[in-house]
Amino acid sequence: MADRLSILSPTGHLGFTPIERGSFELGVARRPDLIVADSGSCDIGPQPLGADEHCSPEAWQRHDLELMLLAARRLGVPMIVGSASDTGTDRGVRQYAAIVRELARKHRLAPFRLATIRSEVARDEVARRMAAGARVEGLDGRDDLTPALLARTDRLVAVMGVAPIIRALDGGADVVIAGRSSDSCLFAAPAIRAGFPEAAAYYLGKVLECASFAAEPFMGKESIIGTVSADAVSVTALHEGQRCTVASVASHAMYERANPFFEHVAGGVLDMTHCRYEQADERSTRVTGFSFRRDAVYRIKLEGAGKVGERAVSIAGIRDPYTIRHIDAVIAWARGKVQERWGEPGERYQLHYHVYGRDGVMGPWEPRRATPGHELCLVVEAVADRFEDAEVICALGTRNLFYARLPEVKGTAGTAGLMMDEVLRGKPGYEWTVNHVLPLADPLELTTLELEEVAAA
Amino acid sequence: MRTTPLVELAKTIRSKNAGVDQITFDVIFADRASYDLVRRSGALTADAVCRLYGIPRERLTAFVEYDPALAIKFTIRRERPSGSPGERDVFGAQQYAPLFDLAIPVGD
Repeated sequence: MADRLSILSPTGHLGFTPIERGSFELGVARRPDLIVADSGSCDIGPQPLGADEHCSPEAWQRHDLELMLLAARRLGVPMIVGSASDTGTDRGVRQYAAIVRELARKHRLAPFRLATIRSEVARDEVARRMAAGARVEGLDGRDDLTPALLARTDRLVAVMGVAPIIRALDGGADVVIAGRSSDSCLFAAPAIRAGFPEAAAYYLGKVLECASFAAEPFMGKESIIGTVSADAVSVTALHEGQRCTVASVASHAMYERANPFFEHVAGGVLDMTHCRYEQADERSTRVTGFSFRRDAVYRIKLEGAGKVGERAVSIAGIRDPYTIRHIDAVIAWARGKVQERWGEPGERYQLHYHVYGRDGVMGPWEPRRATPGHELCLVVEAVADRFEDAEVICALGTRNLFYARLPEVKGTAGTAGLMMDEVLRGKPGYEWTVNHVLPLADPLELTTLELEEVAAA
Repeated sequence: MRTTPLVELAKTIRSKNAGVDQITFDVIFADRASYDLVRRSGALTADAVCRLYGIPRERLTAFVEYDPALAIKFTIRRERPSGSPGERDVFGAQQYAPLFDLAIPVGD
């Protein structure tokens, strides 16, 4: 085993916005042992997974894959991309594999081995396991998965751990395109395979997964490089204006997670409670003191999204101070007119009023709800099974802002300013139905690995 | 007692999704003195956060002091998963603003 392994991390979400080339090339010049990036997130909401669409433009996905592929082939080192095409569904894996083959032809690359790992899970497969007694436990305060909730789910992915990626590398893969993966496992897998302790390997993944977000000042899409040894991880900023400081690296440990001390991955938990951070050189921070505990039962996270309905949106403005003071009455009037024709909201439709200028961003969490601005923007959002119904409900709910009956209103020619008398079609509404963990007998279950030779000719 | 708004004492005040069901808040200080001042003030506590956001205590799923980053961090469970119809902030990125005005006692 080599005494150290270094990984170049060019982006926290491949394709979301293009990788910055300058710091990436500086990283390549340091001859890393691998180039690794994650390409997906559940931050983008449930719609891309539910509808199985990507939210990043394909041109940017191709740009980032091209940059990484050419550098990795030039250096002769493996490249790993996980959570392909925003969602990590089978569609995403196929799409990225096709781009890689196309780039190989375009650049007449010498033959290399491509691994694809799919991790989409059929709803029936989960139903079968539940029927056989598997407990699908809810995360973050959710109840366990029920057959009813599963039935409302259109698409599911398993968030893979290190095992399938290690298997792909064992198979001689030069390029790994993986479905939905735990971000840190993409980096941890080659480090564990190379013989480094799990704690150091997972910490390496944790610190590298969002690239330049672990450095300061704040910059996105710049590369950083991390090096793991038997008991330490060092991380270095590559953009000339950025540094990995004790503060930036330590605060990254808590970014986007409920608790800064623990990072749960498939198979165990990384404990960062006793981490020690030291400034190694001007641009680098060295971290020690992490530990890793394996779970008694191997469990994998499932993410699933289901369609709620078609969505229509419209916009209205309010400027009359009397109307603004009585905005809740105005909305109640408009809701009432919708209910006269469509009944109570619920199964049949949803109707949401977003009151920008009062609490449009924070809703009930807004402490200054009682002091709205001098003008309000109302965004009216209607959801129903058929778009035609959502459209009518939205129009009814918006036009009745205009006809609201208030006892002392002076403006008797209309109580709202309409930017346009039009209803817009939004993407369908989805919800995250599944955020649960499923026990597995074997970490390779639910994933499918395929290896192929890619030749330019 | 004299007070200073939290925004003048902290280096970073931010919010962001922590998964699809929670939003997590980070208040990070540039120096140990400001960090200690705020955490000893009793003004930024689990109860204070619940009052500020008008939420019951059980929605606050974590409240920790994180010395390595000189940070106070807490997490709130959402009313419904991120991105559902009716969503106001799909990334949870603009929920921190009320923390700015939190009055921190700074002595006489």
